[in-house]
Amino acid sequence: MSNPSPPQDPREERLAEIRREAEREGTVKQRGVRPAGAPFPIASAETGYYGIPLLKEPAWTWQIPLYFFVGGAAGAAAVMGAIANATGADRRLVRDARFIAASGAVLSPALLIADLGRPERFLAMMRVFKPRSPMSMGVWTLLGFSGAASATAFAAFLRGRYGPSLPLRVLENAGEAASLAFGLPFSNYAGVLIGATAIPVWNENAGNLPMHFAASGVGSAVGLLELAGHQKNRALQAIGLGAAIFECWEGYRIESRQLPKLDPLKHGPSGRLVRAGGVLSGPVPLLLRLISGFGKGPRSQNLRRIAGLSAIVGSIITRYAWVQAGHASARDWREPLGNNDKTDG
Amino acid sequence: MRVTAFLTDSTLCIGCKACEVACKEWNEVPDDGFDWSGFSYDNTGSVGHSTWRHVKFVEQAPEAGLGGNDPDLASWTFSSDVCKHCENAGCLEACPTGAIVRTEFGGVFLQPDICNGCGYCVVACPFGVVEKRPGDGRAFKCTFCYDRQKVGLTPACAKACPTESIQFGEIESLRLKAKERVQELHARGMEDATLYDAADSSVGGTHAMFVVRGDPRAYNLPPNPECPTVYLKKAWTSSAVAAALLVGGSLIAFLADRKRPSR
Repeated sequence: MSNPSPPQDPREERLAEIRREAEREGTVKQRGVRPAGAPFPIASAETGYYGIPLLKEPAWTWQIPLYFFVGGAAGAAAVMGAIANATGADRRLVRDARFIAASGAVLSPALLIADLGRPERFLAMMRVFKPRSPMSMGVWTLLGFSGAASATAFAAFLRGRYGPSLPLRVLENAGEAASLAFGLPFSNYAGVLIGATAIPVWNENAGNLPMHFAASGVGSAVGLLELAGHQKNRALQAIGLGAAIFECWEGYRIESRQLPKLDPLKHGPSGRLVRAGGVLSGPVPLLLRLISGFGKGPRSQNLRRIAGLSAIVGSIITRYAWVQAGHASARDWREPLGNNDKTDG
Repeated sequence: MRVTAFLTDSTLCIGCKACEVACKEWNEVPDDGFDWSGFSYDNTGSVGHSTWRHVKFVEQAPEAGLGGNDPDLASWTFSSDVCKHCENAGCLEACPTGAIVRTEFGGVFLQPDICNGCGYCVVACPFGVVEKRPGDGRAFKCTFCYDRQKVGLTPACAKACPTESIQFGEIESLRLKAKERVQELHARGMEDATLYDAADSSVGGTHAMFVVRGDPRAYNLPPNPECPTVYLKKAWTSSAVAAALLVGGSLIAFLADRKRPSR
């Protein structure tokens, strides 16, 4: 076999040149060949790892934000029903509030289980009682609430059908007391759940999300009761007003703080949803309720029904919007690297 | 039982991905696509449910002494990423089923037969490691080769690493080794070499330490990772205030309504 002669190629010539320079100088100072497509994207302190997000997006299905809404409304309805009962308010109001609570008590676990994919997986939730896990505390609250609210409604149903008796009265009262106790955390724990996470837009709001979600739940519970025929009740009007005022303040709080972390609440699709939910939960019901206060006729009652409906729709959108904001926040690679503070002083 | 750790030295990594392959083989982790990300030779982008070891290909601005002589060509370093096995692990704290546990070796282990796929660990991890596997529904992450450690074996990735870029051993001695290595690199002129172990954050240190050159942010290593339990107090206080307001407000509203004569 003969030794093949080196090909007469400009690249080969270039290699020979580099070799000669290396031999002569001990180092190569000439510029290299610029590859096609250069300059390539780089990883750096400013650009992170090619801008690939560090955090993972929430893996929840649509059932979870709906569960936040149902749980918030049911928990608040149970609390209001128990207090209405204790203060001797309208019997029908108490009955309807209990019905909303019991409906939520049935729907909530169904939604939560649907998110898990396989029903028997829910049983694993009952292995441990873990105060440091908001999810664990939430599940136990849900279980307590579900049992209590449905027992109350069931006892009241039996009493209506077969007449009063001591065991029924004990069950009804105990159930109501437990619904009150479990309903309070149940109406707002979703705020703790998403607040105590690594998602920047959520944990930045850990201190006000539970209150925000509570107001949202109260507003929708009042709305549901008004739609159920309690549009003349003054106490509900006052509570609805309180919730709407709080939601207005919450909206102001979000809009007035200039933090890049809060961008998902103001910009993009999630920002539009947050604003839509906020307007429907705060200013709209507030105005309608104030206007309805000037009249007494069917028109003012209709205004209250619309205010209630607005709060309900607003609450559903708000829960969904916050989850969407979490997605957007997780996708923002700048935030966990602390790179937002510099660009947006 | 000795407490163990990984030390991943990016200055020794040659980007061969043997750790990824070894991990997949031993742990029977599903494939994660054979598509290139377009960012250097990275084809997976980040650790996830099917990527428990992930070799990062960090192309940075040209720097003398790194990546060859050409000032036009990016410097090129590699670093094998993995679950950090935090001292205060957000996923472990968040898990409502007790599926995620601390092993006797100090690692954070997710028991797949107990995980119910609630997805709370996914949003609780400050390093974006845990991920839900679509189709399966449960969350998966690096096991720290708990099964291998149980019988005295080195985790698959560390065993497969041909350059000892991934070292495995007792955590204190490894920490010492890491500090010595950084000093050695400094002495050799690589003054930008640093140790990343998140020891100064609420995560409280990690069982996967990294020696990197330059700013850890270029490696997607967050400067201030927070274990989400730090937000619990604020959140539950808010919850309690909300509950008090609801009870107080409802009581006042219904009592005031009762007193009105017009009813």
